[in-house]
Amino acid sequence: MHRIAIVGGGTGGTVLANRLASELRRELEAGEVEVRLITADPNHVYKPTFLYVPFGEKTVDDATRPIEELVDRRVTLTVDEVTGVDTERNRLSFADRTTSLHYDQLVLATGATLAPETVPGLAEGGHHFYGPDGAERLRDELADFTEGHLVLSVVGVPHMCPAAPVEFTLMVDDWLRERGRREAVDITYTYPINRAHGLESIADWATDLFAERDINLETFFNVDEVDPDAELIETVEGDELGYDLLVAIPPHRGSDLVTDAGLGEDGWVDVDRHTLEATAADDVYAIGDVADVPTSKAGSVAHYEAGVVADRLASRARGETPTATYDGKTVCFLEAGMDEATFIEFAYGEEPYVREPSKPLHWAKLGYNESYWLTARGLL
Amino acid sequence: MTAVTEPDVTIDSRGATCPGPLMDLIGKVKSLDPGTVVELQTSERNSTTDVPEWLEKAGHDLLEIEERDDHWNIYLEVD
Ligand SMILES: Cc1cc2nc3c(=O)[nH]c(=O)nc-3n(C[C@H](O)[C@H](O)[C@H](O)COP(=O)(O)OP(=O)(O)OC[C@H]3O[C@@H](n4cnc5c(N)ncnc54)[C@H](O)[C@@H]3O)c2cc1C
Repeated sequence: MHRIAIVGGGTGGTVLANRLASELRRELEAGEVEVRLITADPNHVYKPTFLYVPFGEKTVDDATRPIEELVDRRVTLTVDEVTGVDTERNRLSFADRTTSLHYDQLVLATGATLAPETVPGLAEGGHHFYGPDGAERLRDELADFTEGHLVLSVVGVPHMCPAAPVEFTLMVDDWLRERGRREAVDITYTYPINRAHGLESIADWATDLFAERDINLETFFNVDEVDPDAELIETVEGDELGYDLLVAIPPHRGSDLVTDAGLGEDGWVDVDRHTLEATAADDVYAIGDVADVPTSKAGSVAHYEAGVVADRLASRARGETPTATYDGKTVCFLEAGMDEATFIEFAYGEEPYVREPSKPLHWAKLGYNESYWLTARGLL
Repeated sequence: MTAVTEPDVTIDSRGATCPGPLMDLIGKVKSLDPGTVVELQTSERNSTTDVPEWLEKAGHDLLEIEERDDHWNIYLEVD
């Protein structure tokens, strides 16, 4: 029996398991192959929903579905936390079990971990919308925030969904205008490098929009420390910025599993950017946020990578040479306010073109979010 | 500019795309003492402009940019 193990039941792992269930249908039914999805959380979480929670447009419940409702019945589902990967012996270990699990091929799809604690004062002084609790607390804070200085600070790069900080800033501007509070609130957006975003075309687009909408922009702004009592941010560059409400994109790291297994630094798996095979071990792949490839940490990336890796795993399971490769395809919708959005698409080495924002694109983004559950099931 | 032969710290960011090398440098400089000489290895052409701009803003000294066959070595001294 050829055993394929996938660790992580988020966007990448779920799409991959379902793709394999259909590509290897005959082998699975004949008992020649096993596809096992191992995930720590009994729920699947669709994180893009969190962007709408602070504005009261979605709830955390809207982001969550039981994982067992989403995976094909031919996939063996195990809800458990993997605590060790032995790439020499092709085995996985678990927190509360003495037995380990053998794999012939392994895919790590464990996502990214938030690490606000790595910046002094950030956890106490800052809010974020990158997780369920943070998004709910920010919703309550924002509901009462009627005047003062709102700072959106991108503290860590890389982070999930590079578009989200720009989107939040444009949305909060619009949201405050709708409430007649924009005059009483100053908004500042900060970014670590010398422009508003890592991708130049998005940086140019955002810089123009920020200027039009009276949003201050601070670049080369690397947060060193937050003083929650004084409500002050100090930067590595020696600047200080006061705030009344700080919304910070916290630093991210990958998974301890990865570092412990010697698969990559900071918990991101070093992979070949086209085959997605780990460079430090055989029979190991990584997809989604945990894979260190030069594109965005986005659900669309996890989705396209899952398609490529499904083909490669299926070929190997059948004893064929894998040929499918990933070209860096990335697709993102970007909200430009509460009721208009734009859309970008690019691959490795390409600069995206940012279209004029429109209402139909905003509805397309919301429509995509609704149909996501079909995507996760492998139906779209 | 002085020629630098013996950096105290080397950061290998070859292969990383923009803004990777600059972010690697910023992450590291935070933990270094004044006077430390750093060598940043980068294969991203943008680093040769982004990094000097950041050094100027953050008050560190650019010592030298050396062009190699497939990458650049940027030397700086932490202020
Ligand atoms: C606010 C916000 C908005 C976003 N908006 C967009 C958007 O508009 N478009 C877009 O494309 N992307 C967006 N993203 C990014 C997108 O959500 C992620 O890129 C995507 O979820 C990555 O998928 P993944 O499978 O790599 O990881 P995840 O979906 O994070 O899943 C990781 C899974 O691994 C499990 N796991 C972790 N460690 C272990 C372990 N040791 N053992 C077992 N299981 C484990 C976790 O429980 C989880 O189920 C957004 C993200 C955020 C936070």
